[in-house]
Amino acid sequence: MTELERKQDRAPIPSGWEYATAPESREIVTLRERYGHFVGGEWLEPAETYTTIDPASEEPLAEVGQATEKEVQLAVRTARDAFENGWSALPGSERAKYLFRIARILQERSREFAVLESLNGGKPIRESRDVDLPLSAAHFFYYAGWADKLEYAFPNRKPKPLGVAGQIIPWNFPLLMLAWKIAPALAAGNTVVLKPAETTPLSALLFCDVLRQAELPDGVVNIVTGDGRAGAALVKSEVAKVAFTGSTEVGKAIQRELAGTGKKLTLELGGKAANVIFDDAALDQAVEGIVNGIYFNQGHVCCAGSRLLVQESIYEPVISKLKRRLATLRVGDPLDKNTDVGAINSRAQLDKIEELVRSGEEEGAEIYQPPCRLPEKGYWFVPTVFTNVAQSYRIAQEEIFGPVLSVLTFRTPEEAVEKANNTPYGLSAGVWTEKGSRILSMAQRLRAGVIWANTYNRFDPASPFGGYRESGFGREGGLHGLEPYLEFE
Amino acid sequence: MAQAPALPTGFELPLEPRLPRIGSIDQVAVEERAATLAKRSIKRDSKVFALELAVRMTDLTTLEGADTPGKVAALASKAVRPDPSDASVPSVAAVCVYPNLVPTALERVRGSGVKVASVATAFPSGQSPLETKLDEVRWVVEQGADEVDMVIDRGAFLAGRYAKVYDEIVRVKEACGGTRLKVILETGELGTYDNVRRASLLAIAAGADFIKTSTGKLPSAATLPVALVMLEAIRDVHEETGKRVGFKPAGGIRNAKQAVQHLVLVHETLGVDWLTPDLYRFGASSLLNDILMQLRKEKTGRYQSPDYFTID
Repeated sequence: MTELERKQDRAPIPSGWEYATAPESREIVTLRERYGHFVGGEWLEPAETYTTIDPASEEPLAEVGQATEKEVQLAVRTARDAFENGWSALPGSERAKYLFRIARILQERSREFAVLESLNGGKPIRESRDVDLPLSAAHFFYYAGWADKLEYAFPNRKPKPLGVAGQIIPWNFPLLMLAWKIAPALAAGNTVVLKPAETTPLSALLFCDVLRQAELPDGVVNIVTGDGRAGAALVKSEVAKVAFTGSTEVGKAIQRELAGTGKKLTLELGGKAANVIFDDAALDQAVEGIVNGIYFNQGHVCCAGSRLLVQESIYEPVISKLKRRLATLRVGDPLDKNTDVGAINSRAQLDKIEELVRSGEEEGAEIYQPPCRLPEKGYWFVPTVFTNVAQSYRIAQEEIFGPVLSVLTFRTPEEAVEKANNTPYGLSAGVWTEKGSRILSMAQRLRAGVIWANTYNRFDPASPFGGYRESGFGREGGLHGLEPYLEFE
Repeated sequence: MAQAPALPTGFELPLEPRLPRIGSIDQVAVEERAATLAKRSIKRDSKVFALELAVRMTDLTTLEGADTPGKVAALASKAVRPDPSDASVPSVAAVCVYPNLVPTALERVRGSGVKVASVATAFPSGQSPLETKLDEVRWVVEQGADEVDMVIDRGAFLAGRYAKVYDEIVRVKEACGGTRLKVILETGELGTYDNVRRASLLAIAAGADFIKTSTGKLPSAATLPVALVMLEAIRDVHEETGKRVGFKPAGGIRNAKQAVQHLVLVHETLGVDWLTPDLYRFGASSLLNDILMQLRKEKTGRYQSPDYFTID
């Protein structure tokens, strides 16, 4: 035996391939200990504060303001002044300049924002880096392009800005939702008071730096932070329009509050989307689509494909492929570049997910969770699949807003449409088939604002997004997204 | 009315009844998935593991008209001892040469555990009569080649004569006897991912021990999405029948980073069981030196000039 052969005999047989940790550095983000409200281009010392944390470690990150009614009103008055004294009279091309600047600065500082977004929200860095940040910048670029073309966008309708827009955004895509709200509002000539979600205020506060860097006139964008009380104060204040993205329950309360006031309103609320897989679909890619549909951003997505409708003839291969795929999802540190599923955004959300999952088990659905090591601290939930789900179970009806998939089957396209539409929501749906004609006929019959064919959770600033029925009304993105921020003669 | 064409014989593949169907591939989605996997960040220990594994999985290849016994001898020596200055670097899996050079290669690798693979069946075009191809296969097996890399008849495949392609593979497999058979699909000529999947299943059904992407003679070769489609075909066969088929991406893999991406792909598609030279090979020539360079960098913390690595 040669020396070489002996050496090779000793070489260990690979038993596995653990990826070494690959964390993105936190160093790039500098946080202050304490943040106020951003009003009139200045930091306003808040009367009350609370602590915002990293949901992956439960470590405190910073103290931020809990806006009082007075503070909110001051912000709205400041925005009103900025609207009347300059901003609304600026030519569109000038407004566009600021929006282009903001977009470019976001691109330049994208790593910093991506890290902060993962730190404060728990989402994997892979997603904040590859989805949230590029799309946020793209929204500003897109609406910058419209700012001086409103007359052409709405010919013969004499579009005019409304005044101050009060905007309340959720915690699932903090910066992206900010971009969806602020970009069209400014392009249309409005000024803004925006309230980020209670649990994820930091990227909005860092965004104030961007506004200063872009030399946006003071008071055009104001940011107040806090919980639902601050949001309620904003809704009640002297704004011309309210734009809200969040839960259906709060959306209904806002609509009641605004009834008869003449304030304009758009709501982007919950969903319980059906992802429909036909037996001629490209199976492995459909499975990727299912995974992307429900485990993307820990399932904290209003348009998540949370109800999987599989044609019964391919039920077994789809479920076995799906289970196998789940075992390869990497759950853990959001800042690790190899993480697929990050932390649940808050204790409250984790409680809600756990409660609904218990109800699913009690009602008789069969639960599957892949073997998975979860970190000890922080809020985590293992990617979960429920099979044997009946349409009447709560997990098939209620929005879970977590990494939990309910699987149902169907036999014919008619049955698929019937089951998919059997929900009070109507935000989104997915269709997987190799047959083009079936895509078109399904798209006509599914009652949802967005329908994806052979893909899922794909966004583009040029494409309008929004739902109907309990998923809300009004559109964001595209030309449609400008309309709620304009009035016409 | 014209008579419906008869089903081509041989296309009722032995395992087709157990596979739900050939199925199809969505181009956009498969490319997206491959691109996502390519972004895995493989560092430190996990990188060294991957690089050493990649060396052990390499089929060090020369397939030129200008190949001489001298050239092949040098290559074979390199295969046995890739890095003379570092004894911890393992030998590669095999050398891959033209039939005429099999005896030279065998002589040089004798006793080292490195295998000799020979291309055959009118490589690279496959456009010759079946008997000629079978003679060639028998000849290289007689010479003592450990592995045979055949090409499928793409002309027949693209003309829809799947049965001819299938039957040819079956005959070549017979001619191989116990010698390991790798079937080259030459995916760059197949045109669509659907065809890549169809050809993969067809080759496996006909008895391929390995399916291999390319001859290396085309600019478009072992891309990540193509590899993913073939790995998924292998996975479906394994799930349905328990049969383990190997995979060999070849052509276009020139640096260590690409090799690691391919390994991530197989790791997350088929699992650790396929992380062995018995079921996975890289067909490459210039790849090896880049891996050696990266390995030395991981071990010493410094990059060294290419002059410190042998050119063979």
